[in-house]
Amino acid sequence: MTNVLAEKKKARLEQLAQAAAEPGGVGLWREALRRLRRNPAGMVGAVIVLAFLLLAVFAPLIAPHDPAQRFKELTDNLRADHIPGAMSGFPLGGDPNGRDFLSRLIYGSRQTLFVGVLATLIGLTAGVTIGALAGALGGWVDMLLMRLTDVMLALPSLLLAISLVALASKSSQWTVIAAVATVNVPIFARLLRGAMLAQRESDHVLAARSLGVKQRAIVLRHMLPNSLTAVIVQATLTFSVAILDAAALSFLGLGDPDINRAEWGLMLGTDGQRYFEVRPELAYYPAIAIVVVALGFTLLGEAMRESIDPKNRR
Amino acid sequence: MQARRLKTAIAATAVAALAVGIAGCAESDRGSSGDSGGKTGGTFVFAGSGDPKNFDPIFNDDGESFRPARQIFDTLIQNKPGTADLVGALAESWEHDATGKVWTFKLRQGVKFHDGTPFNAAAVCFNFDRWFTMKGAAAQSQMLYYGDVFEGFAKNEGDATGEPVYKSCAAPDDNTAVISMNRYKGAFPGAFALTSFSISSPDALKKYDADSVTQSGDSFTYNDYGNLHPTGTGPFTFGGWDKSKGEITLNRNPDYWGEKAKVDKMIIKIIGEETTRKQELRAGTVQGIDFPAPADAAALANDFNVIARPAFNILYLGINQKNPKLRDLRVRQAIAYALNRQQLVQTKGPAGTKVADELMPGTVLGYAPDVQKYEYSVDKAKQLLKEAGAENLTLNFYYPTEVTRPYMPNPQEIFTALANDLQAVGIKVNGVPRPWNGGYKDDVQKLGKHDLHLLGWTGDYNDPGNFVGTFFGREKAEFGDGAMTDMFAAIAGADGTVDEAGKKTAWEQVNRDVASKWLPAIPIWHAPPSIVVTKNVKGLIASPLTDERFNTVSLS
Amino acid sequence: MLRVIVRRLLQLAVTLFALSILVFVWLRSLPGGPVDAMLGDRATPERRALLVKALGYDQPILVQYWRFLQRTLVGDFGASTRSGDSVLSVLGRAFPATIELTVAAMIIAVGLGVPLGYLAARYRGRMPDNLSVVGTLVGISIPIFFLGYLLKDVFTQHLHWFPPSGRISIGMDNTHVTGFFVLDGILTREWDASADAIWHLILPAATLATIPLAVIVRITRASVLDVLNEDYVRTAEAKGLRAKVVRQRHVLRNALLPVVTTIGLQTGALLAGAVLTEKVFNWGGLGTEITNSISGSRDYPVLQAVLMLAAIVFIVVNLLVDLSYAVIDPRVRVR
Repeated sequence: MTNVLAEKKKARLEQLAQAAAEPGGVGLWREALRRLRRNPAGMVGAVIVLAFLLLAVFAPLIAPHDPAQRFKELTDNLRADHIPGAMSGFPLGGDPNGRDFLSRLIYGSRQTLFVGVLATLIGLTAGVTIGALAGALGGWVDMLLMRLTDVMLALPSLLLAISLVALASKSSQWTVIAAVATVNVPIFARLLRGAMLAQRESDHVLAARSLGVKQRAIVLRHMLPNSLTAVIVQATLTFSVAILDAAALSFLGLGDPDINRAEWGLMLGTDGQRYFEVRPELAYYPAIAIVVVALGFTLLGEAMRESIDPKNRR
Repeated sequence: MQARRLKTAIAATAVAALAVGIAGCAESDRGSSGDSGGKTGGTFVFAGSGDPKNFDPIFNDDGESFRPARQIFDTLIQNKPGTADLVGALAESWEHDATGKVWTFKLRQGVKFHDGTPFNAAAVCFNFDRWFTMKGAAAQSQMLYYGDVFEGFAKNEGDATGEPVYKSCAAPDDNTAVISMNRYKGAFPGAFALTSFSISSPDALKKYDADSVTQSGDSFTYNDYGNLHPTGTGPFTFGGWDKSKGEITLNRNPDYWGEKAKVDKMIIKIIGEETTRKQELRAGTVQGIDFPAPADAAALANDFNVIARPAFNILYLGINQKNPKLRDLRVRQAIAYALNRQQLVQTKGPAGTKVADELMPGTVLGYAPDVQKYEYSVDKAKQLLKEAGAENLTLNFYYPTEVTRPYMPNPQEIFTALANDLQAVGIKVNGVPRPWNGGYKDDVQKLGKHDLHLLGWTGDYNDPGNFVGTFFGREKAEFGDGAMTDMFAAIAGADGTVDEAGKKTAWEQVNRDVASKWLPAIPIWHAPPSIVVTKNVKGLIASPLTDERFNTVSLS
Repeated sequence: MLRVIVRRLLQLAVTLFALSILVFVWLRSLPGGPVDAMLGDRATPERRALLVKALGYDQPILVQYWRFLQRTLVGDFGASTRSGDSVLSVLGRAFPATIELTVAAMIIAVGLGVPLGYLAARYRGRMPDNLSVVGTLVGISIPIFFLGYLLKDVFTQHLHWFPPSGRISIGMDNTHVTGFFVLDGILTREWDASADAIWHLILPAATLATIPLAVIVRITRASVLDVLNEDYVRTAEAKGLRAKVVRQRHVLRNALLPVVTTIGLQTGALLAGAVLTEKVFNWGGLGTEITNSISGSRDYPVLQAVLMLAAIVFIVVNLLVDLSYAVIDPRVRVR
């Protein structure tokens, strides 16, 4: 049973994977970094990503207030149809629960990073495991695992995520992370398997095999590390998809149900939507944050993909 | 203006580009109306928020199904427009005997159903007997209000054990219907005004096979009566429901017995999203929306008439006494003192919201003005917790998601505020959000997994039994199995009192004891739900029971 | 060719069977369920139990699935738990709505994306290139529901150019033939209805089009660049053919092949995007059925059918793309 879509995606991913896996080692990365530096869009992406990471790590130092604390200044004038705007000490005003909006935005980077990174990592780990098993063992294991990814690819990704979130008996941030992660598993699996297949026939693996190195050692020391380049590039791109998917789930009312957690997608999908007419900033600021960060990761990922693409090597 | 020009351009392009080859395949079968959705002067468009289930009122229990039903049908007794007081409708007057078991209705004369058949006592009895003798688990399980009020059927299906309240109906003459009950219930006469008990044309019921509710796999299929041919006596006749457009059309009934409809036509357009309803109102395509988000009320009031209905609801914080710590009255009182309800009303309540002291609105019979009130006091709360030895209390606070209700427009924000108050007196709160239809009601009402929970109620009719009786009349998982048998007995006693004055006194005492002795839940607020219409809509009378009849509406 | 199609269709059946089990088991293990939604706020636990039993939700999942399979195989797809409408009639309404929306979005995306991609390739590394590539990347980085809100706010609330929601004006008395409102208007010569439907289509389709747009621009750009370097193009140029002729005859035609594939690959993304777009624009399609069924009524039969249908569309479109690819380019042999 070969799924048409899977074939297409596979072909695309394998091409990329082979390219990444070809010469292997440090030389490629140094070369890629050199070319990345010459790509202005990629540099912009890198700067955005770096700024985002710094904001997330140092959020407690940067944020003026505790994001969970309600302030009397902000609750005094809070009404169902009015949310206090900027005032001294609270440059962006309050949120619908009388908390400091700026601090929540800053802390939001943390939670967004957390959801994005974890969803990407889990998807990557599971996908890489499946892809590595399939690529290394081949035969019926390969067949079975690839058919599994076929079925997962048969449903459009967001529909799959929606389905998975609704499945959880108790929704929480973890169900969102798990759902977004699962959607990416087949992509990573396909990608890695392609790269591994290319490795299996490559010279240095053949050499190792003829020297009598054990199969497990070949897989772990030679095939896997050299196949990871394409996966890392894909992970960069997946990150932006992950935070956009998480935001979409929030919008559908299927996101993290704990609205007290500051997360951009959640802020946009709940408060931003509900108070759009009263205080559109509640929607605009988290939305801008999401767009900028998603764009940053996409630009960086695209630049990385281009820089390891042999077509661009001159 | 710009829109019109753009549209014309599109029309021209569409015709030119697409039409040439395909034209002539099918001939239009519609009438002369060539106007593309513009105003016809006489059409009132109201935005509904969800699909009705069907149009046979007896099988329905939700507001979206009742909105069209209230235009098509009448009940024997109706709520006086704008109040929860009773007034004659199809029955001009009614009385009960000393036992409260025999109800005699003097019917209005000369009323005709939409199919031209006469309304008379035989028709009334036909309807009551139809409900009582309804067959099939499918049909019976869907008659929620009937089950609630009349408790049992001639033959209960499945394991249901309800003892029927209804006994028989007699028609001594065309204009007199006598309904006999097996026992007295406080719900009457208010319950006769429930939309579910609307009177249908017996001819149409028979002709369109109204009793057939069949099971098809996992679901029920309704009959032509409920889907296509609802036939009542109301100010509008049923014109059709175009589901691919989400439009229900109601036509003016020129033979209506009461005040005839001012508009020729009413369209209920179903728009699921709150924001979109508001935008359509602003775009001028709909003339009315229901339940605007409290956040938008002020902005809408600038350009539209925002009519607040008198609040006939209650939001409460329920306490589950399955947790032994919560069986201590002092702990429950501490929770009551800890809640800053005044601030909650101010910051999160729709305009006109009032702090609730009792679990029913002040307009209901038996409301006691002198119950114990719990003014916000952190000190009192802390002291009571200390006395009870419950300083290290951790509570699981369940709140619903994926839902808004008129009494609870923003459950998550209400939770946030209340949880904050509880934490301020040293109670640790473990918030548990659950989807409304995805486990919240199960966990709270069936399994009783929670310690605290948010829930509320909109009244169906003006009777304390419909509020306090519904909540606390019997043992429920919602409030735990605390030894409150004296509360159940007191409520049963009050509900069984036939004499009006005695009933009032009995319920007042129940309300006092609920507040000071039993405190099974803490009343939070009464929130008035609004209805919004454009400024050219005149004559709309908002009802506390959301029982609006649009025959009085005119467009200027 | 025929053998290939038969084999692919068999594969489709197997995938669908596996999917039907997954979806069925998944739905049945959700907390809550349609019974709560059917009974509303006033139901007692006893009444709930009666209904659960009547509908057979208390049976083991395998028994339920067996019953479901038996019914499905004789063509009985069940009825909506909310309205009692047959699932087929629900799909008959929702499916054309979604197809109309996604096709319109695809037309916008291709109509805009191919020229942009072509320009980007011709002016590689210069302003048009950077603008179109980065611009479309910004497009996919905006959460689509938020983009929908923005467009709606600007074009319906401030400029009043377009209607805020729905597929056709309220009270428009249009005749239904196929369920595709634009097509119906043409078939019945109700031109105003067609125009009105197109007028309603523009905003939601433009919103949804941002998803495939970025990909189409990039694919077009890449394949045009590839083709420009091909020998036959150089030969043509060397022969002295006018640049315009070369572009039209050789470059664009050959470069379009990958774009066709991309359309297939984007179907999934479009269907997913439609879920969000339909919610924003009150578009009564498959997406609306999905969101309503999940968070509102837990309408199992409808949800199940819609998800299966989405999978079928997804797989079939990709099959068609594969086949058309083979037809356009004889060098590609379908395996």
